[in-house]
Amino acid sequence: MTVRTLTLDGEPVSAREDETILDLCREHGVPLPTLCHLEGLSAVGACRLCLVEVKGSPRLQPACTLRAEEGMEITTSSDRLRRYRRQLVELLLAERSHVCAVCVANGRCELQEVAAAVGVDHVRYPYRHPVTALDASHPRFVLDQGRCILCTRCVRVCDEIEGAHTWDVAGRGAGARVVSDLASPWGRSDSCTACGKCVQVCPTGALFEQLQPAGGGVKRREFLTFRTRAREQGPWGR
Amino acid sequence: MNAEGLQELAEREGARRGALRHRVSVCSAAGCLSLGAGRTREALTRAVADAGLGGEVEVHGTGCLGLCHAGPLVQVASRQPDGQVDRCLYERVDAARAARLVRQHLQGGAPLAEGRVPLDDPFFARQHKVVLQGSGDSDPERIESCLAAGAYQALLHALTRLRPADVVAEITASGLRGRGGGGYPAGLKWSTVQKAAGPRKVVICNADEGDPGAFMDRSVLEGDPHRVLEGMAIAGYAVGADQGYVYVRGEHPLALTRLRTALEQAERLQLLGHRILGTGFDFRVDLRIGAGAYVCGEETALLASVEGRRGTPRPRPPYPAVSGLWGLPTLINNVETLANVPTVIRDGGRRFAELGTAGSRGTKVFALAGQIARTGLIEVPMGTPLREIVFDIGGGIPGGKAFKAAQTGGPSGGCIPAQHLDLPVDYESLIQVGSFMGSGGLIVMDESACMVDLAAFYMEFCRDESCGQCVPCRAGTAQMHALLQKLTHLEATEADLAQLEELAGLLQATSLCGLGQGAPNPVISTLRHFRGEYLAHVRERRCPAGVCRPAAPGAEPSAAAARGGAAPGAEAAS
Ligand SMILES: Cc1cc2nc3c(=O)[nH]c(=O)nc-3n(C[C@H](O)[C@H](O)[C@H](O)COP(=O)(O)O)c2cc1C
Ligand code: SF4
Ligand code: SF4
Ligand code: FES
Repeated sequence: MTVRTLTLDGEPVSAREDETILDLCREHGVPLPTLCHLEGLSAVGACRLCLVEVKGSPRLQPACTLRAEEGMEITTSSDRLRRYRRQLVELLLAERSHVCAVCVANGRCELQEVAAAVGVDHVRYPYRHPVTALDASHPRFVLDQGRCILCTRCVRVCDEIEGAHTWDVAGRGAGARVVSDLASPWGRSDSCTACGKCVQVCPTGALFEQLQPAGGGVKRREFLTFRTRAREQGPWGR
Repeated sequence: MNAEGLQELAEREGARRGALRHRVSVCSAAGCLSLGAGRTREALTRAVADAGLGGEVEVHGTGCLGLCHAGPLVQVASRQPDGQVDRCLYERVDAARAARLVRQHLQGGAPLAEGRVPLDDPFFARQHKVVLQGSGDSDPERIESCLAAGAYQALLHALTRLRPADVVAEITASGLRGRGGGGYPAGLKWSTVQKAAGPRKVVICNADEGDPGAFMDRSVLEGDPHRVLEGMAIAGYAVGADQGYVYVRGEHPLALTRLRTALEQAERLQLLGHRILGTGFDFRVDLRIGAGAYVCGEETALLASVEGRRGTPRPRPPYPAVSGLWGLPTLINNVETLANVPTVIRDGGRRFAELGTAGSRGTKVFALAGQIARTGLIEVPMGTPLREIVFDIGGGIPGGKAFKAAQTGGPSGGCIPAQHLDLPVDYESLIQVGSFMGSGGLIVMDESACMVDLAAFYMEFCRDESCGQCVPCRAGTAQMHALLQKLTHLEATEADLAQLEELAGLLQATSLCGLGQGAPNPVISTLRHFRGEYLAHVRERRCPAGVCRPAAPGAEPSAAAARGGAAPGAEAAS
């Protein structure tokens, strides 16, 4: 495997050819906000928070999908990048109904963390509060569409790790929704194994366990660490 | 079938035509069909049979004749005693006119005066047909008719005389650029795919055309499907692919039927499939039908859709040329791009490059729509001034109104105001004035159009067609549309306008694919050329064109606008 050298915010770093710019940021402690990305799942580059500047390229690129190349010069933070990140988080907060005080994820929510990290102290866009559904038909879990940010982590974990592919996205644009099976109630899903992985990876309070109080949700993601380590150490191939 | 067989078929068809006195071509593209061309064709066929002219007159369907607003169109090609062929074009041919046409023109030999379109009109004289050459002459449902017009000769030439690298060199020399919107140099794309390593390679023809008001690709497929298939086969030979797909929008049923027929006929004659034309080249073409999502025209979403997944774009790199369908190197070209290929190979790249401007070679097909006298399909050399397209070819603005602007590039495009009427229409010039070539939709607006309203229309389109995957496009188009709606309801403030511009910058810079990146373009371009109109909406609460008015009382406009997007009814009660 060839090794590449490049610069990250002016610092020279080396990278394996399968490493992404986000991997390098994590390795070198460079802070970069992410929401759709989760170590152990495939990367989709959808939330756009991890966008970085690549010298010589007119377009910003998501660090989570961008492979390290020889000689790249990456900038992870600049005035416009910081402004864009704030705007993106504001758009997310205004998009559905994020009422933190009554949310199970309050205090443990990645959206909250990212908002704080990028410096969102208020939202300038009008809150849209669309009418959204809450699916409590599953015996153990609940889906509140009003808190979903469409990161598709639940879709990917269910497909790539559990192998059930219960979740997918239906609809387009602002009307896009995660759906179980063919948009039938979760409780009637034939494919769901009730493993709960989707609930563990959901960054917000959109997926949670029944009967959890506000602020009471806990995310257990050991299975992802286990899988990542197993991959690296090679008991099984990709 | 080998080279001789191809020649023989073409000659036989030529001889059959030579024995005819009149060839009556009825436009059977979707536009004329919707105006009753089917009945016209039946009436003509019946009248010809009743008059006992069956042996000397052929009535057949053909591709778009261009003057779509005046359909059904019928062209009569008559062989004169000196061997010359005279052509007459008739407009608005209903059953009654069809009967008169047969009686007077075909039987009596005297062309009708009524409904006759002068062929020396600038509408025809200023056009230059490359892609649409066969449209309006050949019968797209009979391969023999297309063979007589030279179909598959370029493929034969490529397979027998050129090495794949020579084909790529010709395409590069032609300066052909992608007609699907981006204008990426075709030669460069072909050579990238040719050099990319992969166990197999694929050629995809992008026929998803879904911009509002655009019907260029659909018309090419309806009028001359073999030209596109031939272009694909040449591309396959050049890049080393053995499989092709045409990704057609399911909402183009006629194009689909014609393609199916063309595919069957070409396969039967061994012009596609195994050992094409007796050489060692295999190339199979299959159809994939899109369900009508605009975003599936974006190449990576198209790939996902062909693979059977939800059509959502993915970040590039890797580009499809390196890792496309199933990870194989994939050449994706637009219908019109591929339809130019046979001409490039037949005439040579250098000849092809003589037409057009320095950076934009060849011709461009445009679909004229909006407030223009002749809505229809035209093909002009690149660099033709906009004034010529709108006034000489398009016949100007009806009702004595003044030209205000032309919109090109669809939802990712921009508008060209009156002061730029003398602009040569090519890739660079359009970008200079803040518009974009796009795939060829050209919508003309007169003085009664409101540019804010126009921007709101396109933003609504993008909001509804966004795949919903990335935040700036999904949430940003919804916010931008709400702001534009505030403007068109004459409720917006200067702060709203500032926020609109700020969001426009965000979407352009951070969206994942061209849909979100291009969505703000109509806003940016109308602001650039018509900022005064926006300001009148904000400062004077007045719409200069008189289009926008306050929302009806009780409708709670801004709350409704803020909700937008997902209709409450769309939410499943679960
Ligand atoms: C939202 C979106 C829609 C598109 N729709 C089409 C389309 O309908 N037809 C098309 O040929 N290209 C479309 N494109 C461009 C394709 O992604 C691609 O660039 C093109 O097919 C390449 O062919 P070309 O190089 O021959 O133009 C679209 C791009 C975007 C971003
Ligand atoms: S439910 Fe949670 S994990 Fe799934 S897409 Fe929504 S926010 Fe992401
Ligand atoms: S820009 Fe719009 S259409 Fe493109 S990936 Fe993002 S959400 Fe989807
Ligand atoms: S974390 Fe990279 S785009 Fe979401």
